[in-house]
Amino acid sequence: MIRILMANQETILTVENLGVKFDNNEVLKGLSFFVKKGDVLAIVGPNGSGKSVLFRALLNLVPYSGKIQWAPGLKVSYVPQKFNIDKELPLSVQEFFKFKEKNSKKIISALKSVGITDEHHIEHHILKERLGWLSGGQLQRILIAWSIIDNPDVLLFDEPTAGIDVGGEETIYNLLKKLKDERGFTILLISHDLNIVYKYANNVICVNKEMICYGEPNSVLDPTALANLYGGEAGFYKHEHSHDH
Amino acid sequence: MAEKQVSINMNIAMITNPILFQLLVGVLIGLGAGYLGSFMILKRMSLVGDVISHVALPGIALALIFEINPFFGAFAALFLAVVGIWFLEIKTELPSETLVGIFFALSLAIGILITPEPELLEALFGDITKIGSADVFMTIALIIVMFFAMFRIYRGLTLSVVSKQLAQSMGINVSKISFLFLLLVAIIVALGLKVTGIFLMGALVIVPAAAAKNISIGLARFTKLAALFGGISALGGILFANHFGLHPGPIIVLTSGVIFLLTLLFKK
Repeated sequence: MIRILMANQETILTVENLGVKFDNNEVLKGLSFFVKKGDVLAIVGPNGSGKSVLFRALLNLVPYSGKIQWAPGLKVSYVPQKFNIDKELPLSVQEFFKFKEKNSKKIISALKSVGITDEHHIEHHILKERLGWLSGGQLQRILIAWSIIDNPDVLLFDEPTAGIDVGGEETIYNLLKKLKDERGFTILLISHDLNIVYKYANNVICVNKEMICYGEPNSVLDPTALANLYGGEAGFYKHEHSHDH
Repeated sequence: MAEKQVSINMNIAMITNPILFQLLVGVLIGLGAGYLGSFMILKRMSLVGDVISHVALPGIALALIFEINPFFGAFAALFLAVVGIWFLEIKTELPSETLVGIFFALSLAIGILITPEPELLEALFGDITKIGSADVFMTIALIIVMFFAMFRIYRGLTLSVVSKQLAQSMGINVSKISFLFLLLVAIIVALGLKVTGIFLMGALVIVPAAAAKNISIGLARFTKLAALFGGISALGGILFANHFGLHPGPIIVLTSGVIFLLTLLFKK
C-alpha cells in the first residue's frame, strides 16, 4: 500500500539528458533524473564537477540542452553558494527582507520558524543589524527564513552549511528537516558531507560532469561509485554506526 | 515680437539673482551625484566613480571643435566609457580597476592635448557662474528622470550586489539594471562638469557617499544621507566661494571633504 502511494506521488521535476556547455567546454552531460513532491534530493560531487551549474540550469539561468520540466505553477526558492556578504555593505536585515516581503509580521514569523524565537531580540537587534555583521550560522538562518518567506514549493540550497562549524551544520540540517516536515517542501541540496546525505536525503545524484550514480543513498553510494566520483583513493564510505543519537 | 522676447528674457535675467540659479543647479546635481555615488560605493566602484569624469574631456574637446554643446560631447564620451565598463563587468566578472585606471588616464591625456586652450581651464575645473536658464531646465528635468529611474531599479541593483545569482533567480535582469545605472552615472557626471569640472566631478560622486557610509548601518539612511551631503556640499561650497570670491568647484569638493572628516568621528 505504502509502495503504491509512493509511486503515485506527484512528480514535480523531470530532467532528461541535460547538458551544459560553456564556450564549447562540456560542464555537464547526459543527466537524467526526476524529483517527486516532498523529496530531499542531495547532489554530491567533487569541486568543479558542475553541481552549482546544475542548479543554475534548473533555474534557467544558463543555456542548456536536453529537457528540464517543472510541474506548472511551482514556486522555487534558491540560496546560492558562497554567500559572503561584505561587512561594509550598508544593508540591514530588515531592509533585506523588505525587498521580498513588506509585512513585518510575516518577517517575524519567518524568523521564528528558523529558530530565532525571541520577538524582542528580533525587532531590536536582528532586524536592525547589518547583514554583513551576522555570524555564519545566523546569516544562514536568515537566508533560510528569507527563502521560505513567500511560501515556495521547492527549495534549492547550494552548500547550505559552507563556512559553518560542525555543530552549527547539524543544527541547520535539523532545521531544514523540521521545515520540510512541517510545510512539505521539496528540497534539492548540494552537499559535500556524505554523512548529511545519508541522514537527510532520500535520493542522491553523484555528479562529475556526468551522472555517476542516482538512487537511494544507502543503495547507490557504494565504494565503487565513490571511487568513480572522487577518484581512486576516496577513503570514505558509509559509517556503519547509527546516526540516530 | 522678437524684441519683446528678448526683453522678457532680460527681465528674467535681471530679476533672477544668478547666485540662485547656481544654487539650484548645484544643489540638484549635488543631490543626484551623492545618491548615485552611494550605489557606486555599494557596487564597489569607487575608483570608477572617481575617475570616470576624466573620460569626458576628449568628448568636450571634439564638441568645442565641431561647435556642439559641450554637454553632449561629454555625455557621448562618458556613454562610450560606460559601455566599456559594463562590458567588462558582464564579460569578465573581474575587478576592472586596473584597466579603468589606465584607459581613463589616457583619455584625459588625449583630452588635454586636443582641447582648445581658452576652454581648457573651464573644462578641467568647471565654472558654475556661467550657467544659463537652459542649463537650469535641463538639470531639473534630468535629475527628476534620474531619481525616477533609480526608484525603479534600486531593489534589483542592491540585490545583485548581495548576490548576483540570487537576484537572477528572482527574475531580475542584472545586466540590464547595471547598464541603466551606469547610464545614469554618465548623465550626472556630464551634468556636473559645469559645477566642478573634469578633475573634481568624481569626488562629488564619491566623497558625500563615503561620508554617509561612515554613519549608516542600513541602506535607506546611507543613500538619503549621501544625497543630502552632496546637496549640502554644493550649497555650502557655492555660498562660501561666492562670499570670498573663490572658484566654486574646488570649494564644493572641499566642503564634502570636511563632511567626510566630521563623519569619521561618528563612524559606525
